[in-house]
Amino acid sequence: MIPSEAEAAIARQVAAAREPLLVRGAGTKFGMLRPVQAASEITTEGLTGITLYAPKELIISARAGTPLHEIESTLAEHGQHLIAEPPDLSLLLGTAANTQTLGGVVATNLSGPRRVAWGAMRDHVMGIRAVTGRGEVIHSGGRVLKNVTGLDLCKLLTGSHGTLGIITEITLKVLPAPEAVGTIAIPGLNAEQAVAVLSAALGSPYGVSGAAWLPAEAAARLPEPIAAGRSVTLIRIEDFATSVAYRTEKLRGELSAGEILDDTASRTLWRAVRDVRALPTANGDGIWRVSVRPSAGPGVLRAVEGATGYLDWGGGLVWLAGPANETTHRAIEAAARAAAGTWTLMHAPDSLRNAVDVVPPESAPLAAISRRVKGAMDPRGILNPGRIYSGL
Amino acid sequence: MITLPDPKPDVLARRDAVIAGLRAAVADAEGVIGDPISLKPYETDGLSAYRQMPLAVALPESTEEVAAIMRFCHANGVRVVPRGAGTSLSGGALPMADAVVVGLMRMNQILDINYADRCATVQAGVTNIGITNAVSDEGFFYAPDPSSQLACMIGGNVNMNSGGAHCLKYGVTANNLLGLKIVTVDGEILDIGGEHLDAAGYDWLGLLTGSEGQLALVTEITVRILRSPEGARAMLAGFASNEIAGACVDSIISSGIIPVALEFMDRPAIHACEAFAHAGYPLDAEAMLIIEVEGSVAEQDDLLARLSAICNRHNPMSLKVSRSVEESLAIWKGRKGAFGAIGRISPDYLCMDGVIPTSKLPDVLRRIQEMSDSYGLKVANIFHAGDGNLHPLIMFDANDPTSFHKAETFGAEILKLCVEVGGCLTGEHGVGVEKRDLMPFQFAEHELEQQRRIKSAFDPDWLLNPSKVFPLRAPAALPRAA
Repeated sequence: MIPSEAEAAIARQVAAAREPLLVRGAGTKFGMLRPVQAASEITTEGLTGITLYAPKELIISARAGTPLHEIESTLAEHGQHLIAEPPDLSLLLGTAANTQTLGGVVATNLSGPRRVAWGAMRDHVMGIRAVTGRGEVIHSGGRVLKNVTGLDLCKLLTGSHGTLGIITEITLKVLPAPEAVGTIAIPGLNAEQAVAVLSAALGSPYGVSGAAWLPAEAAARLPEPIAAGRSVTLIRIEDFATSVAYRTEKLRGELSAGEILDDTASRTLWRAVRDVRALPTANGDGIWRVSVRPSAGPGVLRAVEGATGYLDWGGGLVWLAGPANETTHRAIEAAARAAAGTWTLMHAPDSLRNAVDVVPPESAPLAAISRRVKGAMDPRGILNPGRIYSGL
Repeated sequence: MITLPDPKPDVLARRDAVIAGLRAAVADAEGVIGDPISLKPYETDGLSAYRQMPLAVALPESTEEVAAIMRFCHANGVRVVPRGAGTSLSGGALPMADAVVVGLMRMNQILDINYADRCATVQAGVTNIGITNAVSDEGFFYAPDPSSQLACMIGGNVNMNSGGAHCLKYGVTANNLLGLKIVTVDGEILDIGGEHLDAAGYDWLGLLTGSEGQLALVTEITVRILRSPEGARAMLAGFASNEIAGACVDSIISSGIIPVALEFMDRPAIHACEAFAHAGYPLDAEAMLIIEVEGSVAEQDDLLARLSAICNRHNPMSLKVSRSVEESLAIWKGRKGAFGAIGRISPDYLCMDGVIPTSKLPDVLRRIQEMSDSYGLKVANIFHAGDGNLHPLIMFDANDPTSFHKAETFGAEILKLCVEVGGCLTGEHGVGVEKRDLMPFQFAEHELEQQRRIKSAFDPDWLLNPSKVFPLRAPAALPRAA
C-alpha cells in the first residue's frame, strides 16, 4: 500500500472542498440507494493499477479505480480468483459493461452466489487506504491475512458507499480458483420445496458453494435451457475434478433428484446467476435486493404482488424487479421487516429513491451513533451526502 | 513495562455508593462482589504478569441487567471493564482500580439453534466449544477454534475477533457472525444484524468485532454454524531448515490446495512438544509442518498424496501421513499441548502474536534467534503458516524482574520487526494493554486520532475498557508497579 500523487491530489481536493462532493469510480452504481446532491464530483478513475500481487501469500493490492476485470484476469493467469465472486450488474442496470472498479465493488460490498459459503467482499478486505472527509489519508489493516490491530476501519469503509471516506487502495485475500465446477439442477420445485432442498444441500458435508432457486420465468432468462418452462433449483460444488464428481453424485443421491451439469455448463450458468441475468433488465422498473434468513425467502417473494424475482444464497437473498412505485417498495419493506431482514433499493427513478427508505432506517440510538461516526470521518458532511440516509 | 493512569480519586471515594448502585441493577445478591478476597480472582487475565484489583465486580444474568449496570455507571461516571472467561493474552480484561468489571460468565445460555438456516443465537458467556458441543449431535460445528476454546467465551471471541488453527479455510470470528445484541455505554440495548447475511447500512457488526470492548458491551451473538466435513486427516513433515519448510509452504499454496490447517513449528517448539506429548515428532528436524485436509476418505487420500509429493520435492527429513483418526489426533496432540509443553520447560513465558508475510518467515525466524541470543532468553516459535500468524513463546523467570523486563522488550522488538517486514502487531490476541504502546509503530498519529474519534462516537466519555488499545496521551500516564 503505497502513497501516490493521484491519491494526494484527491486528499488536496477534499481538503479544499467547500461544497458536497459526489464520490465516484466508473459510475456504474449511480442508480443504487439515494441520489447525491453535489456541487462537483471526485473520481477514483485516475487511481489505477495493481500495486502488489503475491500469489503464494494469497494477497493482491490495487488502487481503487482499477477495473475489476483487470484484477480478475490477472488472478486467473495465476489460477486464483476473487473469493466473494462480485457480480457485474451492467446488463441489469443498463450501465457500461466491464468498467466497474475494484473500489466500486468494495464501497458497495457486492458479493455473488459464493457468498453463502465463502463470505462477502467485506470478509476479504485485508487492508484499505482512504481519504477521509478531512482530506487526510489513513490506512487500516495491511497486507497480511490476519490482523486485529486497532479498530477495523476496513469493515467500516467497505459498504459505506463513499460516505465515510474515499477508498484509494484495497488489499484483498484471494484463493486458488477451483479446478472444476459441477451443478445439480432440479426442475419443478416450488419455492418452499426448493429452500428445503437447498438447506439440506448447504447443511451437507459436501462444500456447496452456490444454492439458488429460479421460478420458470426467471429460469427462462438463463443462457442454458435447463428446465423447459419449469422452475429450477441449482446447487453448485467447486473443487478438484475428482472431488466435484464424487460430491455431486453423492449429494444428488441423498437428495434423490436432479441432473448433473458439466463444468462448462456450470460455469456459464453460475456466471449468469452471479450477474443477476435471471431478472429482466431494469429500464424504468425498480430493482431490489432483500436479505433474510434463508427459510423466509419464499415468503418475501410471494408477498410482493406485481414483482418478479428469484432466490440465491440458499433462499436468503431475494432479487426482485417490479414497478418503480411506492406501493411495490412498501410491500417489499413490509415483507423484509416481517422476516426481520434487510432491503436495498438497487435501481429506481430518482423520484422513488428520494421518497423512500432505500435501506432500513436505524433505531434512534443507532442513528445517533451513525451521525457521530459520520461526523468523526467526515465532519463537514461533504462526502456523498444523503447517499444512504436522508440528511446524513 | 506498561503504565496505568492514576485512578480517579472521586470514584474511589464513592466505592460504597457504586456497589449499592450495582446491587440495585443486579437481582442476585451474589451478582455483585465488593470484598477483597472475592475480588481477587478478577485481578488479572491471561496476561498474568499484570494485576490490578477492580473497584467491584458485577455478574449480570441478562441483557437487561447489563443495561441497568451501564445506565448506572454512565450516570455516575464510572468506568467499566467487560470480561468473559478472562483468557485474554493481551490483558484485554485487566481491571482498573476505579473501574467496575462486568463479567458475563453467568450469561451462558444457548438461546436458539436454527439448523434450517444454519445459525445459533447464544449469550456472551457460552464457551467457544460450548457452541460446537450444542450442535455436534446434528453434525454441525462453530468454526473459529482458538487454543483456549475449552474456556474462552464467545463474547470475548467477538471482542477480540479471535482466530484459531483452522482460519485459513473457515475464517476468523468476524467471518462467522450474523448478529449481535449490544448494550451501549449509556445503557441502550441495540440489535445489530440478525439471522441474515450482510445487513444494509454501515457494517456495525464488522466494526464491533475485534473492538476490544472499546465501543459497547456484547451480550448476545448469532453465529453461523457449519456442517462438519465427512472427515479430516493430518500429516507431518520435518525439514532440515526453516527456509526449506517455508519453501514447502509456498509450494503447497501454489498447488491450489487449501489445507484446513497448515501449522509450522521450529526446533525448540518441536522438542518441547515432543517431550510433553510423545507425538512422534522428528527431533532431528529444524522445522516441521502439520498439514490437515478434509473430505471423504478417498478425497483425503488424494489430497494427502498430492501433499506428500509436494513435500518430497523439498527433501523432507521425515514424512508421516496419518492413516486413522487416532494417528491424526496424535499428530495434533503435541501442537495443541504446545503452551503446556513450554510451561513445563519454563513456568513463565510470554506468548506473542505478530503477523508477517509468509515469504518473510525464514528471515524473521533468523532475526528472532539473534535477539534470543542477545537477550539470553529462550524462544520457541509456532506459526499458522497459511495466514502468516507467528506465535513466538518467550521464556523468562517471573521471580526475576530483570528477566521479565527483558522478555517484554524482546517481545516488543519482535512485533516491531513484524511491522517492519510488512505485517502487523497482532493477528488474533488483540492489542489490549500489552501492545497499546506499540500502536504508533503501525499507525501514524493522525490515524490513531481517527480511530479515537470512532471510539468517541460510541463512548464519548471514554468509560469503556479504559487504558487499552490506544496509547495513553503523554504526559497523563504515570509509572505504576505491575
